[in-house]
Amino acid sequence: MSSNKKYWKSVEELKDSSIVETLKQNEFVQEIPTDEFLGDKDTLEASSTTRRDFLKYVGFSTAAASLAACEGPVVKSIPYVVQPDRIIPGVANYYATTIANGFDFASVLVKTREGRPIKIENNTLAKTNGHANARVNASVLDLYDSLRVQGPKKGGKAISWSEFDAETTQALNSLKDSGKQIVLLTQTYASPSTSKLVAEFTEKYGNVNHVVYDAISESAALDAYQAMYGERGLANYDFSKAMTIVSVGADFLGDWQGGGFDSGYSKMRIPTNGKMSRHIQFESNMSLSGANADKRVPLTPTQQKLALAQLHSLIVGGSVNANDLPARIKEAVQKAASELVKAGSNGVLVTGIQDVNAQTVALEINKALGSKAFDPKTPIKTRQGNNKAVQTLISDMKSGKVGAIIMSGVNPLYTLPNANDFAEGLKNTTLSVAFTSKEDETAAAVQYIAAAPHYLESWGDVELKKGHFALMQPTIRPLFDTRQFQDALLKWNGNDVALNDYIKSTWKDTILNGSSYNQALHDGVFSSTTTVETASEDVEQDETPAGNAARALATSATGKGVELTLYSKIGMGDGQQANNPWLQEFPDPITRTSWDNYLTVSKSDAEAWNLVNTNDATGALNGSYVNLKVGKAELKNVPVIIQPGQAKGSVGLAFGYGRTAGLKDEMKTGVNAFALYNDFDTVQNVSIEPATGMHEFACVQLQNTLMGRGDIIKETTLEIFNTYDKEDHKHGWNKIPVVSLNHEETPVTSPEVDLWDEFDRSIGHHFNLSIDLNACTGCGACVIACHAENNVPVVGKEEIRRSRDMHWLRIDRYYSSEETFAEDDAKKEGFSGLFGDNGSLGGFGELEDPADNPQVAFQPVMCQHCNHAPCETVCPVAATAHGRQGQNHMAYNRCVGTRYCANNCPYKVRRFNWFLYNGNDEFDYHMNNDLGRMVINPDVTVRSRGVMEKCSMCIQKTQKTILDAKRDGREIKDGEFQTACSAACSNGAMVFGDINDKDSKVAKLLKDDRMYHLLESVGTKPNVQYHTKVRNTKEA
Amino acid sequence: MKKPYQSLEVNSIYNMKQVIHRKLSSNNLGLSLIFLLTFSISLFAQEGDPVVGKSLFNANCIACHKLDKKMTGPALRNVEARLAEEEGLDREWLYKWIKNSAGMIKSGDAYANKIYKEYNGAAMSAFPTLTNADIDNILAYTATEAPAPVPVETNVTGGGATSTGGGISNKLLLGALGLLFALLAGALYLVNQTLRRFADAKGVALPEVTKRTPIWKAFVQNQFLVFVTVIALMLASAYFVYGYFMQVGVDQGYEPVQPIHYSHRIHAGDNGIDCKYCHSSARVSKHSGIPSLNVCMNCHKSIYEVAPETQQEGLAEYGVDYNAEIKKLYKAVGWDDAEQKYTGETSPVKWIRIHNLPDFAYFNHSQHVVVGGIECQTCHGPVEEMEIMYQHAPLTMGWCINCHRETNVKVKDNAYYTKIHEQLAKKYGKEDFTAAQMGGLECGKCHY
Repeated sequence: MSSNKKYWKSVEELKDSSIVETLKQNEFVQEIPTDEFLGDKDTLEASSTTRRDFLKYVGFSTAAASLAACEGPVVKSIPYVVQPDRIIPGVANYYATTIANGFDFASVLVKTREGRPIKIENNTLAKTNGHANARVNASVLDLYDSLRVQGPKKGGKAISWSEFDAETTQALNSLKDSGKQIVLLTQTYASPSTSKLVAEFTEKYGNVNHVVYDAISESAALDAYQAMYGERGLANYDFSKAMTIVSVGADFLGDWQGGGFDSGYSKMRIPTNGKMSRHIQFESNMSLSGANADKRVPLTPTQQKLALAQLHSLIVGGSVNANDLPARIKEAVQKAASELVKAGSNGVLVTGIQDVNAQTVALEINKALGSKAFDPKTPIKTRQGNNKAVQTLISDMKSGKVGAIIMSGVNPLYTLPNANDFAEGLKNTTLSVAFTSKEDETAAAVQYIAAAPHYLESWGDVELKKGHFALMQPTIRPLFDTRQFQDALLKWNGNDVALNDYIKSTWKDTILNGSSYNQALHDGVFSSTTTVETASEDVEQDETPAGNAARALATSATGKGVELTLYSKIGMGDGQQANNPWLQEFPDPITRTSWDNYLTVSKSDAEAWNLVNTNDATGALNGSYVNLKVGKAELKNVPVIIQPGQAKGSVGLAFGYGRTAGLKDEMKTGVNAFALYNDFDTVQNVSIEPATGMHEFACVQLQNTLMGRGDIIKETTLEIFNTYDKEDHKHGWNKIPVVSLNHEETPVTSPEVDLWDEFDRSIGHHFNLSIDLNACTGCGACVIACHAENNVPVVGKEEIRRSRDMHWLRIDRYYSSEETFAEDDAKKEGFSGLFGDNGSLGGFGELEDPADNPQVAFQPVMCQHCNHAPCETVCPVAATAHGRQGQNHMAYNRCVGTRYCANNCPYKVRRFNWFLYNGNDEFDYHMNNDLGRMVINPDVTVRSRGVMEKCSMCIQKTQKTILDAKRDGREIKDGEFQTACSAACSNGAMVFGDINDKDSKVAKLLKDDRMYHLLESVGTKPNVQYHTKVRNTKEA
Repeated sequence: MKKPYQSLEVNSIYNMKQVIHRKLSSNNLGLSLIFLLTFSISLFAQEGDPVVGKSLFNANCIACHKLDKKMTGPALRNVEARLAEEEGLDREWLYKWIKNSAGMIKSGDAYANKIYKEYNGAAMSAFPTLTNADIDNILAYTATEAPAPVPVETNVTGGGATSTGGGISNKLLLGALGLLFALLAGALYLVNQTLRRFADAKGVALPEVTKRTPIWKAFVQNQFLVFVTVIALMLASAYFVYGYFMQVGVDQGYEPVQPIHYSHRIHAGDNGIDCKYCHSSARVSKHSGIPSLNVCMNCHKSIYEVAPETQQEGLAEYGVDYNAEIKKLYKAVGWDDAEQKYTGETSPVKWIRIHNLPDFAYFNHSQHVVVGGIECQTCHGPVEEMEIMYQHAPLTMGWCINCHRETNVKVKDNAYYTKIHEQLAKKYGKEDFTAAQMGGLECGKCHY
């Protein structure tokens, strides 16, 4: 009996739809373009190559290639004719120098090999702002930028320096008595010798106007400080002395007021003796600081002003009424004020509002608190720009009062909102010179491009803070025919002294006070002990009665409509490093998006404006476009990212993108936010209208929440941490997972439940890396340091979109779905059944969505170097194997690329070389040209196509440390072992060392109560430790 | 038969006499020469002993002075006579100058300052230890006449001719033999033909050879044999193919022609220069380093030519003109030998690299040379015997591993190992551990 049953695969098929039938007949959904190819009869017939010829060529070339492969190449070695004393091939030299590019100022140590700088490291001798952020770490690659200007140019044609000197000097001399200004428009140099040179230049040429211009201005803060303390500078903050930190719109863990505050902050975030600092953040964009805060209050920029004014009245006293604030925010402000008052001198308040009154209020509050973290006596000197002077300059230029303009370290045609005015003014000058290392937007519009060297090829000095100096020295001979601005000043001043001698004599005369210059040059830093006693107290005449600023601030808070907050990304800064592929591919710590800037919009606003974020079939993120309008300025097709934690009614956009000149096509990403930077105010009223089309983002992390899996990032509150044992039955906050063995709960760490035998690793070294989730701010310096140390390739936006990123170290960022992660966990535990209110089916769906104002957690993840590694057991060719020092080795030459290991890795840290990323025109980044390849670390293999790679725990560095000790015949001290990431981390979040050395820091950290291993339940026994995140949530 | 013998004897005696006579006359000549010389020297002062002077000269002066060639200092042949003639300076001046040249310059002596300037302010080191008698001896040596140049045998081509001549004679011999065999074979064939014809003519019936199955047919029919042979052939070819592939990229014995014929045999062997004198970075770096040319010039500034015997040996045995090779060095480093100064025009030498490890293998010389205390020859072979450097070891991974398995780690007197060794010795109850046992076989120790 035949069955009448009909099997159907879909409802459509059941209904006998014709679509199904058509689809059934077509093997390929999309038409294969064979006809297009074969249909072109003319081309096919006109071709002189017949099929037989073609096969002959193929056969011959295959045979020839395989024959040629049997012959070894002849390698030539060319030694020095006269070898410099200091250079030994194969041995690295280190030089202390200073980066001072107008945006980043830091004392650094430069590693050079065979005379080539290959890596930037922290200068541990530097006591002030001595740490290299992601951009500074990446700056070494800028040296080898193939688009650098290679010599002076006039009107696009190369000229010689002597011609340049003759022509410019003549022009300057002719302007001397013309009554027209000679303008020096420069970045902030904060350099004593440059100031002296400019003074000499002024003396010689008369009507000279030196305008300092910061692309992203801190002018308001400078003005406020100047009004109060009589000196142009920024108050210094040491967050290691603060127990209560309140920030109103200041991303002080990012680039706020020059940055570099995070190491102090992190010190107090590690709970010691039951205490840690408490951090409250009021802000509109989700910033790094907000992500790290214990309590984060999202509010619009206008509300920030009101909140700050009210904080002032509550702490200092006054009568500012902030009735416009919603009750929720008002309450938060009142609580913050009471906490600050309670903390007294242990409290500190900072603000990032670009308003003189706001900055004054902040200074007044800190003064009233007597804050220990607040240090107005050693002001920061690394921002000196003056908004008014820049605006005056532009109007002067337009009216033809400026005869000559000489620019250095600035790119006003890109960074000015009124760039057109500037360009117009530029035409009225008789001489325009730009000292630049790239043919950027400004260079294209000036008469003379003076090729400037990179800071690693330059001499210089910087006063980072009052009394704290740093020296810049070249670490390589100039690669091109370049000249520093300071050198040119010397020439124009008619001074034949070499720049380094000039700096030396300046230092001897004014700074060193008898100390050794060579020592200062060796250290890279010098702190003067004598100049600190300047009587700044005398200047401290607060003429305006207290409260005036706060009142003015409150009345100025009249924002209407949607407010746009412009910010700088930790990966791009002000955009001068836009041609740096490492930075372009660096994923933003918050959005985890690379190769783009975007408008951050809150979820509810996005819904209201019909803006969406969708994931396409590969999971990659797409976002709607909008057009932005600020006054007359307009930005078209700005992609949108829905940002959890973004204050409703506010949007955010990052500077530094949308460059058009002086960079490769691949790097021309994003939109130029400087176009909306009217009056140097980071807050603008903006009108938004949706545009058509969807933008393709390159995100390295697509999942946003932990879905209640609290064992990945363990966290607890300070209260529980202080009260309960980690294994406490009910409140245990760091329990070791258990499995059932003979119906008894056994901890997974016990050898009885282990599949594998334990090896004795007690002899020799056993490396461990410890990561403290409390100290990690997510800054990403480690990511770039790893890039540089390990020759990690750049793969480009398209490949990142396909989740083929190659970063050996990633910093995962998770949002909570409820208000806190703890509530996520509770919600997941509370699921019962599939459906209903507590059903897991809908519940997990809800858990996928981050909250409006979520908690944020960062977790750096690299290869965990499991002692019982799942990857090792599945490799068919034993290409990955364990070393007895705890490192999981990866032999590239042995790998055949099955990718079993990556599939079996529970941490997803293995990276596959889908393509050849070096010397391949399809990946036209630094590894595709000889200049860019000079940055490659010769001790680490450059991987080829088809092999797996991953974090090696910097085995080249541990091996070197061991060898050095063997050669010297000594034991290794704790702290000598470092990985690139642990050395780059100045926050103390990453500690590396040998746990067999019982006195080492890392051995002690292993015993710490907060220590846990990632996915301990899997039983992989990793050699990377994590330390439970503790949040100080208790409102004092 | 006796007479010719006698005459021969007479002849030889006659010859001998002639020789004696010649010797005598040359002796006379020499004597008179010495006499003349001593006479001329004694014109100035008491004479010294040129033999003692020579050894003193070699001990003290030779670093900067040659007799007939301007070096760091001036050529010294007949220096005393020259000074007396040209500058009117006597031996006393020389005494003073040699003992304290700096003092002379300071005192403002005209010629002292002139010569100081002429040699670019290179001051002559003072020899206060030399007595006047020593200086006399040295001056005596400098006053000896230059020996007649030794005629250098330039029979390189001649040597080559003889060797090729030998080759030809061998071939001729072989050819002759071959011809002989061919003639013999031809003769046999002819004899056979003739005999057959005789047999035919005489009607002798030759026995018929019974037709058996040819051996190849039998072979083809025996399937077992065919099968075994095919297997054997396949195994054999697999063996050779494997062997061929395994040597791809292994360059043992690689001996490229270098831009300068540098003889390790002379430098490391004959002169016994320590390897690490030139390859100094082997002590501290992963690279042993090809010495930069300034290292060569440490010695070759004064060694501008090799000894005549060495030169001859080079020409005869290796077909290389060592002096020309030194000239190549001078050209590369930009040294003007005549003027004794650097011209600044350099042309770095493009050596052909012999030992090439692949990029994915990390090897550190200092680890092996300093920490391990391994002789250079262990891996590089008898370098001191190599006229031209070649790759001694296969440099394969198997070769590395093998050594790591056999070599004990040198833990003695190295504080780094003290604790580790103590623990290991306690655990395993033995004193010596090979590199392999200490983790020297782990992939990541060389591949990263």
